[in-house]
Amino acid sequence: MGFSRRKFLIGSSAVAGGLVVGCSLLPGRDTIAAYSATAKNGEVALNAWIKIDPTGVVTVAVPRAEMGQGIFTSLSQLIAEELEVDWGSIRAEQAPVDEIYVNSYMLKEGLSFTDGFHRGENTLGAKVMAKIAGILGIQATGGSTSIRDAWEPMRLAGAAGREMLITAAANKWGFPVSQCRAEKGHIIHVPSKQTLGYGELVGLAASLDVPSDPKLKPASEFKVIGKSMKRLDTAQKVNGQAVFGIDVEPEGLLYAAIKTCPVFGGSVKSYDQKAVLGMPGVKAVVPYPAGVAVVADSWWRAKKAIDSLPIEFDDGDNGGLNTDSIFKQFAQELETGDANTYMDVGEAEEFLAKQSDVLEATYKAPYLAHACMEPINCTAKVKDGKVEVWVANQAPTLVKWFAAKAADIDSENVTVHSPFLGGGFGRRIEVDMVIQAVTIANALPGTPIKMIWTREEDFQHDMYRPAALSRFKGTLDEKGNVAAWHNRIVSQAPTFSVMTRFAPAMAMDMSDNTTAQGSADTPYAFPHKHIEHVPVDLPVPVGFWRSVGHSYNAFFSESFMDEMAHKAKKDAYQFRRALLADRKDARDVLDRLAKEAEWDKPLGAGRAKGMALHESFGSIVGQVVEITLSDDKQLSVDRVVSVVDCGVVVNPDTVVAQIESGLIYGLTAAFYGEINIENGQVTQSNFSDYQMIRLSNAPVMETHLAPSGRHLGGVGEIATPPIAPAVTNAIFVAKGERIRELPLIKSGYEVG
Amino acid sequence: MLRFKVNGKERQVDVEEDTPLLWVLRDNLGLPGTKFGCGVSECGACTVHVDGEAVRSCSFPVSDAAGKNITTIEGLDPESKHPLQEAWVKHEVPQCGYCQSGMIMSAAALLKENPSPTDEQINEEVTNVCRCGTYSRVRAAIHTAAGNEKGGA
Ligand code: FES
Ligand code: FES
Repeated sequence: MGFSRRKFLIGSSAVAGGLVVGCSLLPGRDTIAAYSATAKNGEVALNAWIKIDPTGVVTVAVPRAEMGQGIFTSLSQLIAEELEVDWGSIRAEQAPVDEIYVNSYMLKEGLSFTDGFHRGENTLGAKVMAKIAGILGIQATGGSTSIRDAWEPMRLAGAAGREMLITAAANKWGFPVSQCRAEKGHIIHVPSKQTLGYGELVGLAASLDVPSDPKLKPASEFKVIGKSMKRLDTAQKVNGQAVFGIDVEPEGLLYAAIKTCPVFGGSVKSYDQKAVLGMPGVKAVVPYPAGVAVVADSWWRAKKAIDSLPIEFDDGDNGGLNTDSIFKQFAQELETGDANTYMDVGEAEEFLAKQSDVLEATYKAPYLAHACMEPINCTAKVKDGKVEVWVANQAPTLVKWFAAKAADIDSENVTVHSPFLGGGFGRRIEVDMVIQAVTIANALPGTPIKMIWTREEDFQHDMYRPAALSRFKGTLDEKGNVAAWHNRIVSQAPTFSVMTRFAPAMAMDMSDNTTAQGSADTPYAFPHKHIEHVPVDLPVPVGFWRSVGHSYNAFFSESFMDEMAHKAKKDAYQFRRALLADRKDARDVLDRLAKEAEWDKPLGAGRAKGMALHESFGSIVGQVVEITLSDDKQLSVDRVVSVVDCGVVVNPDTVVAQIESGLIYGLTAAFYGEINIENGQVTQSNFSDYQMIRLSNAPVMETHLAPSGRHLGGVGEIATPPIAPAVTNAIFVAKGERIRELPLIKSGYEVG
Repeated sequence: MLRFKVNGKERQVDVEEDTPLLWVLRDNLGLPGTKFGCGVSECGACTVHVDGEAVRSCSFPVSDAAGKNITTIEGLDPESKHPLQEAWVKHEVPQCGYCQSGMIMSAAALLKENPSPTDEQINEEVTNVCRCGTYSRVRAAIHTAAGNEKGGA
């Protein structure tokens, strides 16, 4: 792609002024203050990522959120590799919030407004987004970017630490540096075989200059990267000791339960606090713009009180909103709406207009909830112009800003604690819970308040995966390959919705790559291809849901691909393969998939295979599912074979776990996922009506990593997009029914 | 005043009788390893043992626990070496980890009843939700803890 990471960083620091991270390859000594400040028990910080204690235990600052993806482990592997320490001596901890830890890659990748598929980075959108990115300079976890962002800086940090420790030992001994080397937490003077442990050297090493250009290992010498090192967070997650956001217990804690107006955009008209102030343990009733909180000495008491609090809401303007009318509006926009173009090759529209045999199909996908296992919660304390916040979050920088805003103080007076996340999936990049908790805590100065939502509130007040409608038109050439492919998508634009919450002044009507991702950027080549999206503005808050636009566009595109294959009377595998002439990497994934899944071998009666291939976040995933389907639509997904090319693999087992996880997430949505809106409010309330896959209907999964030599790709989201079309393509094979709408239960399928 | 034993220790609490055991454990007794997931018996994140039986503590009034023995994830094994915990580490089951206390407590109750469960028996007894989709590893780890070959090497 010719994109130079360093160039980008320097470029954006010029825009931002405050984005220091990229100015030199490795930041100098002045940048370690934030991490040094966390040192305890004789620990010394060597740089912003590494602390070493007197016994040689190395603690790695992980600036990304651990939400299950194993980032504590894989980022620590980058350090351990270059620093030359035994895995047993490595600990990981959450890094403090500091500019040094900005996720530059996400900002670049997340240039959602760049219209990058089409017009490159020199568009108005690109410039605006670069400006936003610069101003934001946010420390965040999302877009499957953590490893890609950390790959260079964290290895450099490890290498610099190693070189400083070598120099420290050489100086101490009076030997030349060239005679010393690092191994397993020690520096060895090779000729004399003397050794010094890192713990003995770190003080001296920390006083040395940071090397300007530390030497990185060639991949051929990797001992830790590429190995399934044991996860650093497992022990505490099997004995109840892991501390999640909901578990924090600051001294003097009180608890808050809330009720937000169920209608989007509504507010509180009145409430009668007298009705609950006498209830056991109740301390206060605190309103916030969209709802009311009760504060009590236990969460259950707070919840009982909020349940009996008489509240009258003002529904505002959206009381008439419902899913049917939304889809009617989408259908109208599909005919007449103004579209942004995200890909335009050849002359698809003109070409199609001249054809007589055009295949046309319209697909539909519902709103979806994130439903993180840990219900939304946040703990906050406001005291003497300072705010302390404890919250499971994906963007501590945003937490800091919005906590400051809610308490009307400067953000340097906010301390953010980031415990483990009981799931994130994009939901915890939002800060609505922070604003609420700080607003409540502001009413009780000096007392930390733990606000916990019920699961019902969580379903009712998510920032949903947008619903979408998508129409395809396609024709074949005389050889039965795709000649023209036209796709028009209608949905809300998630980046726009997110910006209206984070930076309303900057939210404007412009192109948003996330709306067309997974359609505009598929690996297939067609002589004529046109992809466009019509953005619709609605009061339903939408956001980033694991794999974002890919989550619906993969279902649409890979289903229509099968429809075209069927029309061409070709095998689904061979049909795709012929369209990948320029993409050896994608072809290799497909070939390997066909082999591992024994694509050519038919299954018995009532069973069928389906396939999908999808590229997202810099990685390619191919999936084949095997289903069993009865005449009365009893469906079981028995087995899923995945082949994954995500480039360099840092921890194979963690990657496999993420593939399994993303796949189940996508399959759950394909089976059951649907958020409906009636009278301006979400009708789903809990796992009883927003169902989940469980052990009994989870498929057997077989995952093959097939790195092609491409650079690093993302991992956390890539298995979610292809699973739905793989299943519906299998249903077509088994039954001849083409599913053009999710979830499957809506078409009468019973998934057991 | 309600009395019961939690993880072998006598405890007493002074709360409304209808308070779910979950919140007593978490907010009154300082045992946050048991998790809140749905509050309506749907997800199993809050699973503990009451007199050896798996119970969804979010929907179990504390008054029903009076005089009984309660075991939470913190008390499953004094050294966190229950065969299930060791199998969980071996198979790297947890991702975010939030559901895993409940998963392990459900599985522990199952193994106590049925030391060598079949896949179907696991499906029937361990009905917890894991939003991170760790199901295949949960199954493998239960088999490993049970000494079944299905757990894999
Ligand atoms: S919290 Fe008890 S079953 Fe979900
Ligand atoms: S490990 Fe995250 S919900 Fe199960």
